[in-house]
Amino acid sequence: MAVSDRKVTHLGEAVGLSDEQLVEMYRLVALARAVDERMWVLNRAGRIPFVISGQGHEGAQVGIAWALEKGKDWIAPFYRSIATCLTFGMSARDIMTAQYATAGDPSSGGRQMPGHYGSHEHNLVSVSSPVATQLLHAVGIALAAKIRKTGEVALTIMGEGSSNQGDVHEGLNFAAIHKLPFVFVVENNGYAISVPASMQLSVTDVADRASGYGIPGVVVDGSDVLACYKASKEAVARARAGDGPTLIEAKVTRLTGHSSDDQQSKYRSEEELVAGKGQDPLPRFREQLATAGILTKAIEARLEAEISAVVDDATEYGESQPDPQPSTAMKWVYGEDWPSETPPPWGFGASDEPH
Amino acid sequence: MPAKTFIEAIREGLAEEMRRDDSVIVLGEDVGKKGGVFLTTDGLWEEFGGDRVIDTPLTESMIVGASIGAAVNGLRPVAEIQFADFIHPAFNQIVSEAARMRYRSNNGYCVPMTIRAPYGGGVHGALYHSQSVEAFFTHVPGLKVVVPSTPYDAKGLLRSAVRDDDPVLFFEHKKMYRSVRGDVPDGEYVVPLGRAAVTRPGTQLSVIAYGLMAHYALEAADRVADEGISVEVVDLRTLRPLDKETLLDSVRKTGKCLVVYEDNRFGGYGAEISAIVAEEAFDYLDGPVVRVAGPDVPAVPYNHVLEEWFMVNPEKIADSIRKLAAY
Repeated sequence: MAVSDRKVTHLGEAVGLSDEQLVEMYRLVALARAVDERMWVLNRAGRIPFVISGQGHEGAQVGIAWALEKGKDWIAPFYRSIATCLTFGMSARDIMTAQYATAGDPSSGGRQMPGHYGSHEHNLVSVSSPVATQLLHAVGIALAAKIRKTGEVALTIMGEGSSNQGDVHEGLNFAAIHKLPFVFVVENNGYAISVPASMQLSVTDVADRASGYGIPGVVVDGSDVLACYKASKEAVARARAGDGPTLIEAKVTRLTGHSSDDQQSKYRSEEELVAGKGQDPLPRFREQLATAGILTKAIEARLEAEISAVVDDATEYGESQPDPQPSTAMKWVYGEDWPSETPPPWGFGASDEPH
Repeated sequence: MPAKTFIEAIREGLAEEMRRDDSVIVLGEDVGKKGGVFLTTDGLWEEFGGDRVIDTPLTESMIVGASIGAAVNGLRPVAEIQFADFIHPAFNQIVSEAARMRYRSNNGYCVPMTIRAPYGGGVHGALYHSQSVEAFFTHVPGLKVVVPSTPYDAKGLLRSAVRDDDPVLFFEHKKMYRSVRGDVPDGEYVVPLGRAAVTRPGTQLSVIAYGLMAHYALEAADRVADEGISVEVVDLRTLRPLDKETLLDSVRKTGKCLVVYEDNRFGGYGAEISAIVAEEAFDYLDGPVVRVAGPDVPAVPYNHVLEEWFMVNPEKIADSIRKLAAY
């Protein structure tokens, strides 16, 4: 018992985390999973038209985002970033209103597909569907942070498939030249929709590409929350100190199809899918914290009940919120209205009655 | 008022905005020590330093994409694309990202960024140093597109663009940089976006133009004036948001509309002007809405005979004015 007692003390201490912080990190991983699973249930029940999932990525997302300073630093996320957004301040209701595309959905007011999370309040940059474009936005945020001397760090995240885009090369090169306070995270789940990494990458590790920019490239086990946190903490410290960007590649598993419109058994073997479940970060983190005596049965039961209530509340909230009205659909094309410039696309011109 | 060249007015506008507001930065290829390939940014690097006047790698998508991020985080970037012909690698960042950021975030984020780019032919620039690219961008809600024709407007519109909270594309006809001079007052003034100007009043026919073509339209109007044709010239200045009121007021007054643009005719910006006039001033028209535009070849050929064949010029405009006036 003496040995495990020492573990209790040392599990978080080695990376500078308290037991309370570890429990909170676990809560976020578990909450993200529960929200995500609810989304699939709602989709299969015909309540929401589309799901894009983060299942399997949550451990890396929480560990990495935890190293940033909430309310100060910036994240340009991607479509699997549910746990990232929850860690950075968005709520389960915020995520769920995006699924229902409600008027009050903070990501886009119901304008974007689910998965395109963003929040100015939480320094989460609005994301589009063309992949990897957000890397340049994070680089620009880091450039502004450096010029304005704000001490902020900007981090962006995408999959290994997206990492092949030209914007990644252009952005990493620039960020490295100017030693910008920037962190590039690749959540490598081995698949770009259906295409395996072996057909996307000429190297095994995306991190190898870092050397081409003269920056550190780190590979980390994405199911190991604390290893992800440690890698991110070092990268963030390096960025904040003015030593430039780091590329972190977290090897994760994709537990679901690409989206609710994808059947991954068509292109992945049963053995592979079973093996993928072995890399699920949620049971691994749970066991790690339980073994260390941090996550007691009582705490686990409390969290389970709490998360279940939060997900139910978010679902009911999403269901009950109004749709955006067509009368608002012309708003925010520009900062100001230009009513004479763009009449509605029907009938005659805005200024003339039909003759 | 001192007379200045088109390029001097732009340079002054940039320098004054940078003095006025620390959040204004300039970035692009060769914009630093060299001062830009046309010397538009000459002297800015010396005055404002390398933090605010940044020589970038040859990466147009990065220039725009990083400007979007910098704009999100409190700066007002003025990105230079060395030639409008090279803007296409940045198309996704401009159209998918900058244009949609405000709309897609339901006003959570905006992108106060200006993209400057020299455009246009008639300078022996061939296929890749002569293009007019405005129609690609005027098609996109969320973008503002400005094409000034005088030094006064260039400076005043550039100031408005820099101060605007939405992305503005600012296209400068490179042939005008040193060939066009005009009065530019000392001291601060702005020309608001979204306002056209009637640069020559007339009664029989409206010519709608912008950029270099606004000058050629005035020259053509002079030529036909001796023949007794009274032409009104409208210089649009901002292509989007469009000042429809000035456009339609002019056409309703004259009853005839000739649209002039240097870009290829098919699907060009002037096609939209023609459609608006046809839809909203039909009852006032005494003739077809006519376009004078570049021929539908991929771009301006290099050989000087071919280049002259491509370019719209005052005589081609005058010919069309005569035909339409006689209709």
